[in-house]
Formats: sequence, C-alpha cells, structure tokens
Amino acid sequence: MVDRPAANRGGKRWWYLLLVVPFIALLWVPFYNSIQPELAGIPFFYWYQFLWVIIGAALTAVVYFATK
Amino acid sequence: MNVTALIVFILLFALVTVLGFFAARWRRGDLDTLHEWGLAGRRFGTVVSWFLLGGDLYTAYTFVAVPALVFGAGAIGFFALPYTIITYPFVFLVMPRLWSVAKKHGYVTSADFVRGRYDSHWLALAIAFTGILATMPYIALQLVGIQVVLAGMGLQGTGFAADLPLIIAFVILAAYTYTSGLRAPAMIALVKDTLIYITVLAAVIIIPTQLGGYGHIFATQPAKNLIFPTPTAANFGNEAAYATLAFGSALALFLYPHSVTGVLSANSRNVIKRNTALLPAYSFLLGLIALLGYMAVTAGVKAKPQFAGLFKQYGNNFAVPALFLNSFPDWFVGFAFAAIAIGALVPAAIMSIAASNLFTRNVYKEYINPNATDRQEANMAKLVSLVVKLGALAFIIFLPLQYAIQLQLLGGVWIIQTLPSVVVGLYTRWFNRTALLIGWAIGMISGTYMAYVNVSGGSAPFNSSTFPLHLGGLTIPGYAAFYSLILNFVVAGVLTLIFNAVGMARGTDKTTTGDYHEEPIAVPLMS
Repeated sequence: MVDRPAANRGGKRWWYLLLVVPFIALLWVPFYNSIQPELAGIPFFYWYQFLWVIIGAALTAVVYFATK
Repeated sequence: MNVTALIVFILLFALVTVLGFFAARWRRGDLDTLHEWGLAGRRFGTVVSWFLLGGDLYTAYTFVAVPALVFGAGAIGFFALPYTIITYPFVFLVMPRLWSVAKKHGYVTSADFVRGRYDSHWLALAIAFTGILATMPYIALQLVGIQVVLAGMGLQGTGFAADLPLIIAFVILAAYTYTSGLRAPAMIALVKDTLIYITVLAAVIIIPTQLGGYGHIFATQPAKNLIFPTPTAANFGNEAAYATLAFGSALALFLYPHSVTGVLSANSRNVIKRNTALLPAYSFLLGLIALLGYMAVTAGVKAKPQFAGLFKQYGNNFAVPALFLNSFPDWFVGFAFAAIAIGALVPAAIMSIAASNLFTRNVYKEYINPNATDRQEANMAKLVSLVVKLGALAFIIFLPLQYAIQLQLLGGVWIIQTLPSVVVGLYTRWFNRTALLIGWAIGMISGTYMAYVNVSGGSAPFNSSTFPLHLGGLTIPGYAAFYSLILNFVVAGVLTLIFNAVGMARGTDKTTTGDYHEEPIAVPLMS
C-alpha cells in the first residue's frame, strides 16, 4: 500500500464521523415514535426507518469512496 | 395435502441439492485443508460475498420470527430494522481489521485471533465455547422454518413419519456440507436470495392490493401496536427497550461465528467495506417482511378455521405461511415456501461450518492433537459439522420448540460478551487477558440471570431478553445483552488496573500494528 502524506490521512479521518449519524438518528427513538406525518397512509415510525436504510447505506458508500 | 405446492417445492429443493454437491468443483481448491473447506480459500469477491452474507445473516428463522413478532406485538418487532442499519457502520470500521490480521496469520476463527493477540488459550477457549454455545440453538431454529412450511403444505403425520421430511432435508444438507464445505452454501445462497427477493416483492405488491392498500392495513391494526406509549418520568418503557435491543443486536451480529466465517471468506478488505453499503438491501427486504406481520393481522388469518390447528402448534410463527396460503395460488405457495426452506439451509450450513472451525482450531488442535496436519484438521471439521447438525436435529425432534427459541434469545446475550476481547482487541491490547476472562464470565452469568428473572408482566423465565433496570425511582427496560456487556467492561477494566498494579504477566502479542491494515497484493481474479 502506498503511504499517504500524514496531513492527507488526517483530513480523511473526519469522513468517518458520518458513520455515527445513523446511530443518533435511530437509537434516539423519541425522534420517530409517532404516527404523524403519515406518508400514503404509512405512519411516520415506519417510513422514517425504511428511509434510513437507504440513507445509512448511502452514508457508508460516501465514507468508502472518500477514504479509499 | 397441497400437491401443486409440494411439487414446485420439491423441484426447487432438488435443484439446490444438485448445486450443493456441484459446488465442490467451484473455484476448485484442496478441500482437505480447513482453509479451503471452512473458508473456501478466502476467494469470494463482492458479489458472492453479498449473496453469502445476505443468505447467512438474514436467516429463514428471521424471516419467520420477525413478522411473527410484529403480528403478535406490533412496533417492537421492527427493532430488526434499526438493528440491521446500524450494524453496518460498525462492521465497516471493525471487520476489515479482523480480515487483515486473520489473513496475515492464517486465523480461521475469532478465537484464533484472541489466542494470538493475548497469548491465552483459556481466553481463546472461552471465545470458542461461547461461539459454539450461541450457534447450536440457532441451527436448531433454522429447522423450525422448514418444519413450519412443510406443515403448511399439509405434510403432517404422527411419530416418526411426522419428522421424516425434516430428517431427509437435513441429511441432504449434512452430506453436501461435508463434501463441499463453505462453497455449498455460497452457491445455494445465489438461488435462495433470488427466490426470497421474488417472493417478498410479490408479497408486498400483491397482498396489499387484495387487502385494500397499505393505508387500510395500518388502519386496521390495534392502535396500541403501531407506536410505543410515551415514556414517563418513572419508566422509559418500550422506547428504551427498542433502542437497546437494536444497539445490542447490532454489536452482537458480527460476533457470531457464522458472520466471522462469512467475513473471512472474502478475498479483500474492500469486499467487506463495499458490502456494508450493499447489504442494507437485505435490511430493506427484512423491513418489508416485517410488514407481512401486519398484513397477516388485516387478513385475519388467525381466525380462519383451516389454520387453527397449525397456529396452535407453531404459534405466531405460522402467521406468514398462513398469509401466503391465504393470498397466493398453489404453485406460488410452493415457490415461496421453497424460498423459506432453502433460506434455512444456507445459514444452517454456514453455522455448522463455523462451529466446526471453532472446535477444530480451538479445542482439537489446542488440546487434543497439537500436531494435527492440514488433512487431519479438515477431516475433524467435516466430522464435527455432521455431529453439530445431528445435535440440532435431535434438539428439534426431542425437545419442546420453546427451548430452542429461548436459547437463541440467550445466544445474543452470550455472544456479545466476546466483544471486549475480539473487537476491542482489534484496536488495543490495553485489557489484561485474565481480566477479560473474568469480565466475560461475569457478563455471561449476569446476562443469563437478567434474561431468567425477567419480571416485566410476570412472564415466565427466559421469555424475553429485556430486563427492567431500576435506578432510584426510574425504570429503564433494556436488552439484557446491553446491560451485561456494560458490567463485563467495568469488571475487565477495573481488574486490568489491579492486575497491572501487581505486575501480572501479559503474554506475548503475535500481531503487529501493521497486520491490521494490510491489503495484500491483489491476486488475479478467479472466475
């Protein structure tokens, strides 16, 4: 593996903070423990979590490419 | 008996049986070495790993039990969604390190790593023991998935005849696992996951149109099931239980031996990293499957007389099979049921391989035959994989189903106790090995105790893995795995300080800092 300059590697470390976001969004249940706003009859509690599957995967992908 | 469904089911089952044996020739390697039999030579690229890990982690039991929980209790069953979302950022950081150090030193199990890192065969034994203990009931539960769908097609009998189809299925599974090793479930996973995706997509499109749309499905649920009651100043209630269940399960998931086996069979660190962004496709699928529980409520399957007997026998685990029988034409019922049954074979095979790897490396080679050759190692592992599956089969046939469910629930509580040694060990050797061992023991005992004494609602012992923690006047219900892990950490930390102060020996670390980062030179892609 090619050694990267230390400063560069230091700058890239910040990207890893993105990985913390899903933990906050999903483990603080009061954020989404509600019926409203509904989306096509689906309570917030459900569509919020489905949405986070996609956001979570996207964040991981961003970190993957940014730190590659 | 549902003949059309049964024919489709048997045809698909026959197809994967052929594949299972054929897999021995796939990416051919010397199956007389543990490295090839038990890790498929660490050859799997992004796509195969995606199917393998997907088929491995999202088991048939999950596909039956999660909607069953939603069917019976509502929102709490959805913890599977946050759980399988947050596990991936964690895996992204941790598992490439394990892969690198394992590749460098030829480790096949996480206990191998602990042995090398801490120079302690006792600690490694504890890790191996925990892995096997947590895996056995999990294998047994996969059989429940097969049992439920066989019963759903009318394959019912008494005595030996009742268990015969299950025995046949498992003997076939045992045979091709023995001959092909990890290649068999990897190849079958491609078929299994395709069947599952088709089944679930069909279900979430077709069934709601029969039931009047998603709005109607949610509107017909009991209001108390849809979300949690607002926490009070005295009791955090199900919100706290939900969060700790998700968090604890997410930490535990990749400590299971079958997850480690799946991860170590990848051909590079980047395959693991890429898959943490790709595997959430299965989480989305699992969320859709959870919704099937609500659909089963709206369809009123429990009240239908033709299903009454099977609900009595299998409880809410029959909710999804009943929903399929109620909503699909016979041939597609056969297709969907084959998806569930084959879905059971993949994890059952990987789990038995993982348990065999642990026994072979960390018991047989450590204590029984230290000079074992590669060939002896592989033969021992193959033999153990048969024993493990026979054990699981006997478990399901001779013991009440409830035992397997309770033990699986405890499995998560147990396996998480290996986190301080395995995961923290990937970053630092700060903890003393003896302190880790004692912390592990305290975690195992306290976690089992918390699950045992569960008193919320006066339920029977081991009925739920949440424990009501009382702090002053405040009650915080939480996952027993989470609380016992904290205790484990505290004990290990305090004892480390004490042991350091008295100058206790720390052993030799066989790994170096660079071992955790290395990406070996890429080998030419093998097809």
